[in-house]
Amino acid sequence: MLCAAIALIFFYAPVDADQGLSQKIFYFHVPIALTSYACFGWGAWKALLVLWKRKPGADLESYVAIHQGVIFGALTLITGSIWAKISWGVWWTWSERQLVLFLVLFLFYSAYFMLRFSVEPGPQRENLSAVYALFGVVLIPISFLAIRLAESFIHPTVFTSRGPQMATSQFATFCVAFAAMILLAGTLYRVELVGKRLDAHLRELRELLA
Amino acid sequence: MSAAEKYVAAAYLVVFAFVVVYLAIMALKLTRLEREVGELSELARRRADG
Repeated sequence: MLCAAIALIFFYAPVDADQGLSQKIFYFHVPIALTSYACFGWGAWKALLVLWKRKPGADLESYVAIHQGVIFGALTLITGSIWAKISWGVWWTWSERQLVLFLVLFLFYSAYFMLRFSVEPGPQRENLSAVYALFGVVLIPISFLAIRLAESFIHPTVFTSRGPQMATSQFATFCVAFAAMILLAGTLYRVELVGKRLDAHLRELRELLA
Repeated sequence: MSAAEKYVAAAYLVVFAFVVVYLAIMALKLTRLEREVGELSELARRRADG
């Protein structure tokens, strides 16, 4: 799916008349950012299940989702900075609310790991991590809407209340890239989760056999 | 190659590198898990033999 997305980006979607070739970064940058939001949202949902239903395994699922979200968040910041360098001539600007809020969201969830690993494994760690993950989810709509609420900005707004501001071929390419990114995140989430579960089972087995 | 082309290539390479590094980490982890399962299986076999 990723290969199909890359093929569409470079051979099907037209070069943007306004931004030129640098607009090609949009097809990966925005899906990565949206995937990052989705991962944080999924992590918060699992955290809610920890606190609400005491669902076994939800804590690990929340942790893995947030881990994925932080990785995709880092990629968002890197690809965004590269795009900013071409379009604005700078790697970063503190005057953009969208950028700063995304950085705050990223740093907030990065601190999740410090909190999690500073507490001994057990119900206390599960509760603290879950509450922290739920607090962070508030930042997602703020970060997403910041660009739309900003009065003066230079960060482009593609998705407005009037629909996507791009050609049909560009939008179709974007949808494929977004689906590919969600699929990639979902696959990595499953692989990491299975690995961590296997690790826990093996540790238990080792203790039983010791 | 123009400057824009270089930056676009860099952006895509970063994402590609992430996928490769992630897969490499997962491959290493799977290798370790396989080794541990082998060790535990050997331990269980010795226990069963008495």
